[in-house]
Amino acid sequence: MSAVAAQGLSTHSPTSRVLDVNGLDVRLGRFHLLHDVTFSIDRGERVGLIGESGSGKSLTSLAMLGLLPDEARVAGSIRLAGVTYDLVGARERDLAAVRGRDVAMVFQEPMTALNPTMRVGDQVAEVITVHSGRAGPDRRAARARAVELLDQVGLPDPGDAAKAYPHQLSGGQRQRVVLAIALANDPSLLVCDEPTTALDVTVQARVLDLIVRGVAARDAAMLFITHDLSVVATVCERVLVMYGGRIVEAGSVSEVFRRPRHRYTQGLLAASDLDSAPPAGRLPTIRGTVPSAGAFPDGCVFRSRCDHATERCATVPPWTGPGPGEGFACYHPADEERA
Amino acid sequence: MTTPATPTTPTTPTTPTTPAISVRDLRRDYQRPRSSLRQRGPVVEALKGVSFEVARGERFGIVGESGCGKSTLMRLLAGLDQPTGGEVQVEGQTVSGLPEKQLGFLRSSLQLVFQDPMGSLDPRMRVRDIVAEPLVAQRLPGRKARVAELLEAVGLGAEAGSRYPHQFSGGQRQRISIARALAPKPSILLADEPVSALDVSVRAQVLNLITDLVSDLGLTLVFVSHDLSVVRHVCERVAVMCDGEIVETGPTQQIFDDPQHPYTQRLLRAAPSMRRALAGAGAADLLGDPS
Repeated sequence: MSAVAAQGLSTHSPTSRVLDVNGLDVRLGRFHLLHDVTFSIDRGERVGLIGESGSGKSLTSLAMLGLLPDEARVAGSIRLAGVTYDLVGARERDLAAVRGRDVAMVFQEPMTALNPTMRVGDQVAEVITVHSGRAGPDRRAARARAVELLDQVGLPDPGDAAKAYPHQLSGGQRQRVVLAIALANDPSLLVCDEPTTALDVTVQARVLDLIVRGVAARDAAMLFITHDLSVVATVCERVLVMYGGRIVEAGSVSEVFRRPRHRYTQGLLAASDLDSAPPAGRLPTIRGTVPSAGAFPDGCVFRSRCDHATERCATVPPWTGPGPGEGFACYHPADEERA
Repeated sequence: MTTPATPTTPTTPTTPTTPAISVRDLRRDYQRPRSSLRQRGPVVEALKGVSFEVARGERFGIVGESGCGKSTLMRLLAGLDQPTGGEVQVEGQTVSGLPEKQLGFLRSSLQLVFQDPMGSLDPRMRVRDIVAEPLVAQRLPGRKARVAELLEAVGLGAEAGSRYPHQFSGGQRQRISIARALAPKPSILLADEPVSALDVSVRAQVLNLITDLVSDLGLTLVFVSHDLSVVRHVCERVAVMCDGEIVETGPTQQIFDDPQHPYTQRLLRAAPSMRRALAGAGAADLLGDPS
């Protein structure tokens, strides 16, 4: 077992639960987009959520922040440590109090997450003052704190950078500002939705390191969403695999990536493992493409693309494993003989 | 500065001596708009003297981060822009400096596949008209049969021709772009980040298609990407670009196993790898320095 995973398992007791998602179910119009999504994250734990576009990753992250569209019909529960009410069905005023304070988000596209007409330092200061109430720091103190945060995320010359507008910064610098905003109130949960997908590799390396440090320094929990499996393997300790609005497999990174059980996870890993394939040789693929919302099959969501599917797969496979944090939902799991 | 590595033996030796693409000391400066009445706008050197050769039938990769000049280089190779210095030769014929009217030979021998299939496919044209467009432009006969043949070859089926681009998924759209590029039977294919916008499972399908077609048709491939693992898989030889220059070039295996230039080393270290991650590497290990 890798050092990372060992470290993740040893330090946490069940009482340090930060996020508890139970039976989250989202419908929008005639589409059933999320089915019975259940997982939890402990303090200091970094959990990856992987899957291809259209599998429901971003919808899950939006649900964590209560940002689902008004017409969405949501069932289940989302409980956050330090928040007395359920985020599902909470009033907008209550959600606004939680967002940016207890749970914060780093979005994929920093240019749309930042206000183009506001200096970045003011945007960081805003999230501090908004949540501090009357007893909180005055504007000057908030600004000073903002510069401090920009310094923490490695922005060169933070004093001057705070006075810059978003368009004056590079993509990597903008993403650091977004991270500074997200970390400003020391949230107990940081949700990152593809935070480095738009960045170059060397910049991505910097930003990933900053995210991990920022989360570790606050002993916060992190939900990291991406389609890049090697990023998840580098950053996270545990992983949830999502397809067709369901979590199809979950477990520690070392276990799931070394020994995938669900056929979708297996296919995803094989298709992305360019190192093992012979040069210019054929890569293993998953046939077809991700169906559009509402076009997923009944029963096992993956059976329309799965080579192992049988008639049995027309009913939803039960979860096999010791708990929602570890296991898979498949009738014909890979690596059966070693189980 | 850059010494083109010895050309590997061409797989399709028609005239083995002339390389498919030969680039000598290529420069491209862009004049930024003036911001003051008294001074001219600053000059941006997008390419600072790039030289390399691509042998016939070779799969050549160009890697680099945004702003390194990859796309400028592609535009110059395709004759879509004029260099401010140096020369591009495609199959022995000079491309740079020629007006569009005299580039007919280039349009039939060299074709492009772009990153964003939606941006490069006309949303108002049916797929069969999109694929036939190079044939129309070059007044080639037998369009209908050729389009059907191409759509079959990229795995879409001839009936896809009557539909519009928006009716396809990202991977299928990229297949349409590939079919269009192959329409005039080019000998060279330039692919500019062709799989960067695709999901992992679809990426593997499109990469398989590209490598199959390149080997079946004996094409010369120039493959530009920021994704090192993809270039490593597809290409035989790689050039690493940084800041308008080629900092290192050589056989793929050698570049990846034993990078010489500090930038190449940094780039390789920064790319997350499943293997290293499972061996215990964390985010801090992606950075060059331990600070």
